[in-house]
Amino acid sequence: MVGNGMAGVRTLEELLKIAPDLYEIAVFGAEPHANYNRILLSPVLAGEMTLADIMLNDVDWYVRNNIRLMLGKKVVRIDRRAQRVFAADGTAEGYDRLLLATGSNPFMLPVPGKDLEGVLTYRDIQDTNAMIGASKQYRHAVVIGGGLLGLEAANGLKLRGMNVTVVHLMEWLMERQLDRTAAQLLQQSLEAKGLQFLLQKQTAEILGNVGGRVRGVRFKDGSEIVADLVVMAVGIRPNTELAESAGLYCNRGIVVNDTMQTYDPKIYAVGECISHRGIAYGLVAPLFEMGKVCANHLARFGIGRYAGSVTSTKLKVAGIDLFSAGDFAGGPGTEDIVLNDTVGGVYKKLVLRDNRVVGAVLYGDTGDGSWYFQLMRDRQSVAESRDHLMFGRNHLGNTGHQGQSKAVAMSEEMEVCGCNGVPKGGIVRAIKEKGLFTLEDVRKHTKASSSCGSCTGLVEQILASTVGGAYAPQLAATKPMCGCTDHTHEEVRKAIREHRLTSIPAAMRFLEWRTPNGCASCRPALNFYLLCAWPREYRDDPQSRFINERAHANIQKDGSFSVVPRMFGGVTSAAELRRIADVVDKYKIPTVKVTGGQRIDLLGVKKEDLPKVWKDLDMPSGHAYAKALRTVKTCVGSEWCRFGVQDSTNMGIELEKALWRMYAPHKVKMAVSGCPRNCAESGVKDVGVIGVDSGWEIYVGGNGGIKTEVAQFLCKVKTREEVLEYAGAFLQLYREEARYLDRTVHYIQRVGLDTIKKRIVEDAANRKALYARLRYALEGEPDPWKERAAGEDRREFEALAV
Amino acid sequence: MKATAALREVRVTGWVRVCRLEDIPPLGARVVHRDAGDIAVFRNAEDEVFALIDRCPHKGGPLSQGIVHGHKVACPLHGWNIRLEDGCAVAPDIGCAATFPVRVENGEVFLQI
Repeated sequence: MVGNGMAGVRTLEELLKIAPDLYEIAVFGAEPHANYNRILLSPVLAGEMTLADIMLNDVDWYVRNNIRLMLGKKVVRIDRRAQRVFAADGTAEGYDRLLLATGSNPFMLPVPGKDLEGVLTYRDIQDTNAMIGASKQYRHAVVIGGGLLGLEAANGLKLRGMNVTVVHLMEWLMERQLDRTAAQLLQQSLEAKGLQFLLQKQTAEILGNVGGRVRGVRFKDGSEIVADLVVMAVGIRPNTELAESAGLYCNRGIVVNDTMQTYDPKIYAVGECISHRGIAYGLVAPLFEMGKVCANHLARFGIGRYAGSVTSTKLKVAGIDLFSAGDFAGGPGTEDIVLNDTVGGVYKKLVLRDNRVVGAVLYGDTGDGSWYFQLMRDRQSVAESRDHLMFGRNHLGNTGHQGQSKAVAMSEEMEVCGCNGVPKGGIVRAIKEKGLFTLEDVRKHTKASSSCGSCTGLVEQILASTVGGAYAPQLAATKPMCGCTDHTHEEVRKAIREHRLTSIPAAMRFLEWRTPNGCASCRPALNFYLLCAWPREYRDDPQSRFINERAHANIQKDGSFSVVPRMFGGVTSAAELRRIADVVDKYKIPTVKVTGGQRIDLLGVKKEDLPKVWKDLDMPSGHAYAKALRTVKTCVGSEWCRFGVQDSTNMGIELEKALWRMYAPHKVKMAVSGCPRNCAESGVKDVGVIGVDSGWEIYVGGNGGIKTEVAQFLCKVKTREEVLEYAGAFLQLYREEARYLDRTVHYIQRVGLDTIKKRIVEDAANRKALYARLRYALEGEPDPWKERAAGEDRREFEALAV
Repeated sequence: MKATAALREVRVTGWVRVCRLEDIPPLGARVVHRDAGDIAVFRNAEDEVFALIDRCPHKGGPLSQGIVHGHKVACPLHGWNIRLEDGCAVAPDIGCAATFPVRVENGEVFLQI
């Protein structure tokens, strides 16, 4: 590999992950340092971090991975015919595959005086050190270029005690990332920090003194300014010198295809040096995406294409929050949503096209930047949420975070992940020390956001503010199921249906799983997908089910289990209660509790006792342990209640009798209320039904847990039969199309309620077909407790005797 | 006579027969109760057998109840992956569960306690 920067080394890391032994790897680096995080040079310049803080891979990393690292050796020639590269000092190396990651060079304005002493660019550790050195000796700095890099340099020099003026050619700062309003706010805050600005000034000449050192800058309009240090930050150019000298086709970058291959099939290129579909990227997130694709092809898997990136920018100047992404300027066919609080210093602009976010500029409050960015990348419709889009993702509030929604405002000790007890400081430390860039990495190393996921937004914010532009949320539409495969959930389901794959091994073989028998995350998903695609035909694989679904009871922290018998509609009888009481006595069950879903929970049952407990209870399984229909909660309704207008209790019993034993991508909770007072809390259920005088209203996608979500109105129907058909059809659609472990609310957010209305409410034939498929699947589905009480799968419950 | 011989064998070598191979489901596990802590006996897809103390090094979860994949088991409580060969957690998690020697002879599984 030629070039030892972030893009190249990232590609190697990805390669080592999937094909550790395929290549003997040698790396040439022109700089005398191992791989460091170039994005964090600004905090180093500002004195907020040290060089040691920003190292990503130290020399030991190369040793550990058997990579020969040749530092301070600049490659000057490629002999493509002989497949060899030559460094300036004569070192030569052969290759089977060559990876070019030569990065970019800062652009120098071709003005007189550009070679004077004290005229610098801002690109690497050497430049940074030179600037730090100059700041100790001299007073007046001029930064030419009011873009991202220029402003970060200016801020750093100011913090180092220099008197700094930023010279910019355009009408406002960062014109490629900001609109005029945001740029003016930015300029005001920077001026408050003591920076000076000269806008619409074109540099004509850099003036020197007799000693050959810079003494000032003269502009086209004749004015002059004093300077002992001039930093040019006017842009970068892909470094294609080496590639061009080897005769590789370049056009403002080394031209590559979607697999990161150059015109020489043995040579790949990634990073800032390339031109892909006519675009050269100067930000780090796209480089990582390229690295992943390139590694995959180098490893000969041949899966994955790089299709270009939507990029976002954050400015790393302490105390200033600024975020920009996509088409922030807007134009014909777009609409703006703007929030402008000049006193509070908050400006937000979202650009929408066809109800999709296509661009965003945030100033002062960037907490939701990564969320907007995700909406952009997923091209998710915001038609239903546009009236509160501006208030951010946490508008509805997540539980368990003290109402906290802004990561930057949190102190180091404040808890982010309430499930695993991870404070903000722990996450920041792990990100810095271990060089983490993705949400997955943070989950693995800190456990934050890995349990209930309600703090995911906060963790993303912390990631974004710690690593800056290097953080790019994973595109949900192309996210693989798990580490065992590159296929998405949708691709897997499609293959199962279209190629009639009827077992987990068959699906894994066909889809070329990388692991021999999957992992604890993909096997349960595959098992459900097969069950859903081939009802009454697929043989369920208990070993691919989580213990709760294998043992048909909920495992507790001490390894005992809990048992929740089904009581249809929450209605029970003296006989059932008596049997429950007897079972509690007989098996010495320590805790009996009433659940939130109107059932009775027996906690602390020994696994060996489960079949006997079920036999003695003689009640059906409550599936309280399964990704399946849990309960239909009801209120007493018109039979007793003086306000009730519909018989909700019996409607609930009917629904539960029709739908129980239904496995689903996640748990499913339902409720039926007998009047709009809604005592059964239908508004926070996957399917909630509310009786009104003229019939029933059906609501879908509610959730009372992690993130409270209010169910959305689907339709109003007249009869009980219609309630069954509409609810059943909706649930079958969810079963067939949702990703495993997505609740109904996530599914609806992904496809949009309109799509669901079209297919359930407007298309009667489709609705009937869906409901028929669900009934077919449920017909003959046994009660798992009854089977096991009769002796099935005995070895699951019996210990080995020795 | 036979029982006495088996008992003597256990006393001398610590090896004890626990079950037939087919008593353990492929990609599954069975539990041996013991006063000094339960032992989980695993079988993978290649019919290799492994024995670990039935306590996850994280929070003591019963590993025998986890999903077996490759040469690993995912703890049912919090999803730590534990290697079946040496009982150690897969990085970045840290911790190990004790292992026990185990062998299969003529379809019979023996465990050294």
